[in-house]
Amino acid sequence: MELAIAIVLGCCALSAGICMGVGAIGPAFGEGNAVARSCEAIGRQPESKSAVTSTMIMGCAITETTGIYSLVIAILLIFVAPNLFVNILKNAL
Amino acid sequence: MKSSTKDRVIDALLITMMILPFLGAMALNILTKPLSEGITVTGAQIYFTIDMPLQPLYITEAQVVSVAVVIALLGLCLFLTRKLSIRPISKRQVIAEMIVETMDKLVAGNMGQRFMGFAPFIAAILGLSALSSLCSLLGLFPPTSDINIVAGWAILVFILITYYKLKGGVLPYLKGFLEPIPVMLPMNILSEFSTPVSMAFRHYGNVMSGSVIAVLIAAALSGLSSLVLGWLPGALGDIPFLRVGLPAVLSLYFDIFSGCMQAFIFAMLTMLNVSIGFPEELYEKRQAKKLAKKANK
Repeated sequence: MELAIAIVLGCCALSAGICMGVGAIGPAFGEGNAVARSCEAIGRQPESKSAVTSTMIMGCAITETTGIYSLVIAILLIFVAPNLFVNILKNAL
Repeated sequence: MKSSTKDRVIDALLITMMILPFLGAMALNILTKPLSEGITVTGAQIYFTIDMPLQPLYITEAQVVSVAVVIALLGLCLFLTRKLSIRPISKRQVIAEMIVETMDKLVAGNMGQRFMGFAPFIAAILGLSALSSLCSLLGLFPPTSDINIVAGWAILVFILITYYKLKGGVLPYLKGFLEPIPVMLPMNILSEFSTPVSMAFRHYGNVMSGSVIAVLIAAALSGLSSLVLGWLPGALGDIPFLRVGLPAVLSLYFDIFSGCMQAFIFAMLTMLNVSIGFPEELYEKRQAKKLAKKANK
């Protein structure tokens, strides 16, 4: 029983880490790309700086969404899932 | 402009209407929140439950605070738009005009002239969402970090989107699911429903993750401070000195910038989804057909 609970807790922590780490890769690439391109655009046309910047922030925030999803899942895995899984385990055994 | 006593009384009442809900929510928060030790990450506190046929209805802190926000915004709007006049413009009228003009410009720029009627709705969403997120500065539970509240807004927006998509006729709307090839049907249905889900999760996730990270950082800093400064004599060693400063800087990003940003993005996505989903050509064709039918009769 204790071993099973230990495995559940360990897996929750491990999967939260994997979830956040892997989930952050995509948004990081996307945001980097967006910022790089908008820097290029500003370099080419400095007068369009304000429009480009506001569009870039907007795009970055939307790109961030997938990262936020994985963050939500990771937070749930750390704070909610252990209780839930341990209770299920206790009821089952 | 002379202001009579009656006006002043009404102004004072409206200002009270803006401040009192927050004070009430804060008092309720202080009175009912159980003391907690260490890190706790919990959802909104449940004040009381009402028994309903399907499922008990929970009245939580999030709902109370969101109602407080609604009342405060209503008070603000009434306060700003009192005694409108054309020539001697008061200061508050300038502010009100500025807000209305900004929203009109935003809606006209993103949705086009056809959807100008959306400006009040977008302004309401923007104000509600931004003020809800900023509630965390007062120590209240920000309603936007409860998924139920944000999901309610997202469902409202989804209904609006579908309503405007249906303006081009029911059959073309259903046919749109089979494009570009009929095999894509499940994917199209999924993507249709993922719009409100992603809107709700984006907003809720940003605000909630901000508060969770703030709690984690505060806990980590107090641990670090007891580790580093624990050798100080007496009660001096217990005070978490390292917690001064850094959480405030983080709060600047997570509470103020992120909250306002997400409010703006929610409003922006509402505008874009409604105006992109609206089938303009089909709608015009349909209107022309209707007019022709009427003319024939």
